[in-house]
This record gives sequence, structure tokens and C-alpha cells, in this order.
Amino acid sequence: MSFFKKIKDKISGTNEAVAEKFKDGLTKTRDSFTSKVNDLVFRFRVVDEEFFEELEELLLQADVGFETVMELIDLLKEEVQRKNIKNTTGMQSLISEKLVEIYNSGEADTNELNIEEGRLNVILMVGVNGVGKTTTIGKMAARLKKEGKTVMLAAGDTFRAGAIDQLVVWGERTGVVVVRQAEGSDPAAVIFDAVKAAKKRNVDVLICDTAGRLQNKVNLMNELEKVHRVIGREIEGAPHEVLLALDATTGQNALIQAQTFNEVTNVTGIVLTKLDGTAKGGIVLAIRNKLDIPVKFVGLGEGIDDLQPFDPEKYVYGLFANGLEMEETDDHEAETEEDK
Amino acid sequence: MAFEGLAERLQVTMNKITGKGKINEADVKEMMREVRFALIEADVNLKVVKQFVKTVSERSVGQDVMKSLTPGQQVVKIVKDELTNLMGGEQNPIQFARKSPTVIMMVGLQGAGKTTTTGKLATVLRKKHNKKPLLVAADIYRPAAIQQLETLGKQITVPVFSMGTDQSPVEIARKAMEEAEREHHDVVIIDTAGRLHVDEELMQELKDIRELTNPDEVFLVVDAMTGQDAVNVAKSFDDTIGITGVILTKLDGDTRGGAALSIRTVTEKPIKFVGMGEKMDALEPFHPERMASRILGMGDVMSLIEKAQENVDEDKAKELEQKLRTQSFTLDDFLDQMQQVKKMGPLDEILKMMPGANKIKGLDNAKVDESQMGRVEAVIYSMTLAERENPEIINASRKKRIATGSGTSTQEVNRLLKQFEEMKKMVKQMTNMQQKGKKKGRMPGFDAFFK
Repeated sequence: MSFFKKIKDKISGTNEAVAEKFKDGLTKTRDSFTSKVNDLVFRFRVVDEEFFEELEELLLQADVGFETVMELIDLLKEEVQRKNIKNTTGMQSLISEKLVEIYNSGEADTNELNIEEGRLNVILMVGVNGVGKTTTIGKMAARLKKEGKTVMLAAGDTFRAGAIDQLVVWGERTGVVVVRQAEGSDPAAVIFDAVKAAKKRNVDVLICDTAGRLQNKVNLMNELEKVHRVIGREIEGAPHEVLLALDATTGQNALIQAQTFNEVTNVTGIVLTKLDGTAKGGIVLAIRNKLDIPVKFVGLGEGIDDLQPFDPEKYVYGLFANGLEMEETDDHEAETEEDK
Repeated sequence: MAFEGLAERLQVTMNKITGKGKINEADVKEMMREVRFALIEADVNLKVVKQFVKTVSERSVGQDVMKSLTPGQQVVKIVKDELTNLMGGEQNPIQFARKSPTVIMMVGLQGAGKTTTTGKLATVLRKKHNKKPLLVAADIYRPAAIQQLETLGKQITVPVFSMGTDQSPVEIARKAMEEAEREHHDVVIIDTAGRLHVDEELMQELKDIRELTNPDEVFLVVDAMTGQDAVNVAKSFDDTIGITGVILTKLDGDTRGGAALSIRTVTEKPIKFVGMGEKMDALEPFHPERMASRILGMGDVMSLIEKAQENVDEDKAKELEQKLRTQSFTLDDFLDQMQQVKKMGPLDEILKMMPGANKIKGLDNAKVDESQMGRVEAVIYSMTLAERENPEIINASRKKRIATGSGTSTQEVNRLLKQFEEMKKMVKQMTNMQQKGKKKGRMPGFDAFFK
């Protein structure tokens, strides 16, 4: 229980509206997932093999992936044995505690963007087709601008029809300059120009869009590597952030995506998009677990403000918020039953 | 991190129980566990998996799997058959209206690939069905979605109907129908905005468009990489709007594509097309059997054979076979064979279709170096006809000449000659083995192309 208190305090301590938005975005996720966890806890009064089996299935359905689920279940079984837990009361908090633990066991535990004052910061956005790279860039530009930074965008997706126009619209919405060339031109050249322009104008942050590409297309991945190299050649230590946009509805392939993009561009963080649907995006746990890449932002809608920093505790809280209330009443019930 | 296919998974289980002679029901249960793992890792929805495993399990216990000498293979076969069955037997063509125009609605989540698929579908309709399609830009929400469709329209020279972003999509659809009538278009494809299946307002909009245009086909466009949530998405779209078919996109990636099975099971609607690439003609009919193999990680032999049939000259192949048998295979034939293989497309893609290719050491992430092939070609071209016929005559000075002529080194010439020798040896072994009814699949002489 103390664990949840901690999270609760943490959330009420932060901006209420943000917490609300996070909760709203995850409502559907939570509704389906937590009601199932509750259901599970109610149906199984006793923690036994069958309980774990059902829990395993629940997690699998959240796209967490086989290995990570197994790891979690093992952790839980160990804990249950150690603490000699017999009934399912209190299991919810134990489950979420372990989920956060798996997530936090990684090295880099920051969701902050690596942005420093007094230099040109370059963010490179990468990912497969249709995950929401351009939309995320639009939202991120708005966010950074609000923080008082000067921002510039580079239309590096010269392949997909309409991609440049799409970024230009976001540029207009946020009042940010977009560096662009004609469709079909060399993306590395566009990015090169953009870096030059950004230096000249002394902007704080340059966000580079790239075309969506499937990670198994060798030529396209080589092209991306070139873009990455060009940035590094112009500015030492750049790009300072390489963000992989990941669609929350994606299944186990997301792990391969993260691995391959990481090999080519050294991914520093993930933006988990479309989390406002019913998909759970559980694969980020596996990615963090295996590749140690943290989630930095989550996309919770199509509005300009619908990009929020990722917080593992809030994320899990979002998943288990209902469970928390239930648990409290459950404790109560247990007591009254004893009274009788 | 590539996931193991079912066959490999079962192999592990089988290794555990070989030597037992007969296997029992518990062993079958163990194998079913592996089936379950394999399907879940392929992103098939868990509930669908459960139902499926139950069916397969019943069939396996009832049948002669337990008596079979190769129970593992038997199970794989049952699983694959069952999967193919579930995926729908026959291919499903587009339903055209009796009275023109045929109306097709494209629906789906954001980023599934609706607009791109709209362009591809128009290409197919025009080229293969001789139709005169009109594309309708009804995505007024996403920035530049209309421009995207207009650009695609220009690329494939198909007209696009748009009214900007100020009119409602329903109104756009209404006007588009009038336009189609006026301009005598026989197919109208409406590209709608991506939306979440839980967004009631936007789902209502789709319902309104459906009511107004009375479409002959409503295609749900789904990303092949979708995970467990595919069932919710497909079910919601089907329940609220009523879909007539599914188009699976981005199948040229390396996802197993278990979503196909999930969607098919919950909606019972046919998967009509698959998107296989970025080009405008990369839309192919759906083949249940191939999809089954893919989900199970068994390689796509059918596509490979089809590709080969399309590109390989049959007479040449027969001639080659004859030469192989009689051991009169020359460097010229080697060159020929290489060129035939090259015609089939990028080598790494071909390799992926080979069953078990992901298991061959070092090949799982093999990046085929096609430039290496060019060098080999150059070396062979720099030889005289006599040398190609009879490589034994190539001595040191000839090697030097060939190396200079092809811009390579004598080492490279040596390597090629050695490879060729090995290949001949291998072929000899293979022909011998074939006579004994044994075969070990390996691509002779192609090792050098893998880094």
C-alpha cells in the first residue's frame, strides 16, 4: 500500500491537469486491463498456479511479450513465497510494484530530453511508416516553444507524398520555421542545409523529421545512417537525441524495430504514440528490459498538447488506478468479514 | 532477436523426447505449449490462440501423431493446415456493383496506410480490371492528407476529388458521387481519415458516409505489425460500420503478422489484399497458405517458387539441370544461374522466403552484398570462352590477366575458382544424395555473398 501512497503523493504533487490527461488517455487501457486484474483478484481468493497462469495471459494480452512476462511471473512467485502470501489481497500493488521495478532496473532512468542551453540541440526522429513521427514533431515543437526555446524543423521525409506539406502545416500551427526542399530530394542534403540554417539563426533546438522505413529495408536504413552521420559531422556529439516513434498498437515486432533502429542510429529514447486507443503498448517494458531504451514521451491524442512526458510510475498507476480503489474496499470487506 | 518459428520450437521439444520410442498424450501437451508460444510471439491474439490450440490438440491426439515416426512434423502439418483453413480457403476478388459506379470505402486507424493503399488499389483497378477510378479525399483532419492523395493521384494519373478541409466528409462524399456520375467513373474509392475505433463521433461520421454512398466494399486497412489489440480494432470497426474485407499493409516488413489470423477469426471477413512495398503497384492478392507459413516462421516457399517461375527461363533451367547431372557445368552456366537469381529481386528478400533460412548460421541477419556479385561477374567476363569452359587451364599468368581485366586481384580470381570447384563437388554430392532419397538444402557456392 505504501507504494501506491508514494505514487499518489507524487501525482498530486505534480500538475493535476497533466495527471488527469495522462489518466484520461489511459482510461480505456485501464478500464479493460484493470477491471480484468480486479476480476482476477476477486475470482481467485488464493494465490495459486492458476492465478499466475491467468495473470500471465493478462500481461500477454497487453503485448508485454513472452520473455518479460515470464520474468515478471518468476519475480512475483519468488516474492509470494518469500513473504508467504496466501490470498490475493494486495496482489495488485505487488504486481504493479514489480512492473515498475522491471522498468526501473534500466541504467538511464531519465525521461528528460538532452537539451542544453547555449548550443544547438539536434533531435532526430526515426521509426517505421505510419507511427506518427511528423505529428509527434509538431507537438514537440509546440512544447519546446512553450518552454521558451527557439525551434526549427527539418522536413527530412522527402519520400512520402504530402509529408513535407504535413510538417509545414505543423510549422504554421506552432509558428516555427521549417527547412524544406522539393519532394524526392536527398534527405541527407535537406538535413545538412537545416543544420547550417539552424546554426546561422542560432536556434536552440532543431528537430529533424525522417521518412518512415521498415527496419528490414537495408538501403533505407543505410540512408538513415547517412543522415545520422551528416548531423554528427556538422556538430560534435549530435544528434543529442534520437527518438524512435513507436505505435502503441504494435505487437512483438516493436522489439525488432527498436533493436534495428538502435543499431543504425543509436536510439536515445522512445515516443510511444497513440496510447489513447485501447492498445496497451506493453512492449515498451520488454524494450526497456532488453535494450535499455527508456520511453521519454507518450502521445495521447491528435491535439497540439497531447504529448506528455513518460513516467513509469504514472504509467503503471494509470493501468492500476481502479485496482487501487478496489484494493482499499477489499481490505475493508476482509475486515468486516472477520468481524462476523 | 528474431523469433523462432514453430518448426524450430518443436524441434527442441522433440529432442527432449526422442529416444522414448513412442510419445504419449503428455508429450502432445508439451508440443501444444510450443504451438501456443509460437503463435503468441507471432502476435496472434491470446483468445484466438487458445481456441486454435484446442482444435489442433484434439486433432493431434485423435490422429496418428502419437504413432507417427515424425510426430513433430505431423503436428506442424496439422497446425499449418488448420491455420490455412481458418485464414479462408479461396482468394476473394473485389465485389463490383452491377450498376456503376462501384463504391469502395477505406477505413482504419491512423497510420495504417489507408491513403497509400488507396493509390495502390486504384492502380490495380486500372491496370488489371480496366476501370476508371475516382479517388475521394475525405480526410479533412490530418494536416496535408489531401495533398498526399493528390500527389499520389498525379503519380498514377488517376483523378482526385477534393473540396479542401472546410466541408464535412459526408458532404465531400455526396459531391464526389455526383462528380463520378458526371465524369462516368466506374469506381469511386473514398479515402477516409484515420480514427480510433473508440471515437464515437468519428465512427458516426463513417456510418453516415456508408449510409449515403452505399458502398460495395468497405475495406478495413490494418497494419500487419498490430499486436493483441487487433481484435478490438477489427471488431469495433466491423460492429459499428460493417466491413466487407481487410487489407493488410506493411507486410514487406519482418513481422510474423499474426494479426491476420486474429482479425480473420473475430470478423470472419476475408483478407483481400496485402501491401508489399512502397511502390504503387505493390499490392498483392492474399494467399492464406503463405500467410500461415509466415505466421509459423516457416518461410514462404510458394512466393519463392512463383517468383522463380516469373523470372526464370524454364528451358534454361532444364538445360542447367541436365548439365548438373552430367557434371558438364561450366563457369558460363554459373554466370547464367547468377543472373537468373538476380532477376528474381533483391537477394536478401529471396532468402527470407526460404524455409529455415533464418536458422542457417550467420544468415539470420545476412545482408547480401550484391556488389560482390558484380565483381564475380566481372571476373568471369574477363575470361576467354575456353577458360570458362575449362577452368583447369587457368594458370598463374592467365589469372593475372583476368585480375587486371576485371579490375580485381588474383586472390579474388582464386577464390572464385575455388568456390566453383566446391560448388561442383557439392552438386555431385547432392545428385548422389538425391538418388538415395536424402536431400540437404543449401545454396551451393553462394556463401561468398554473405558478409
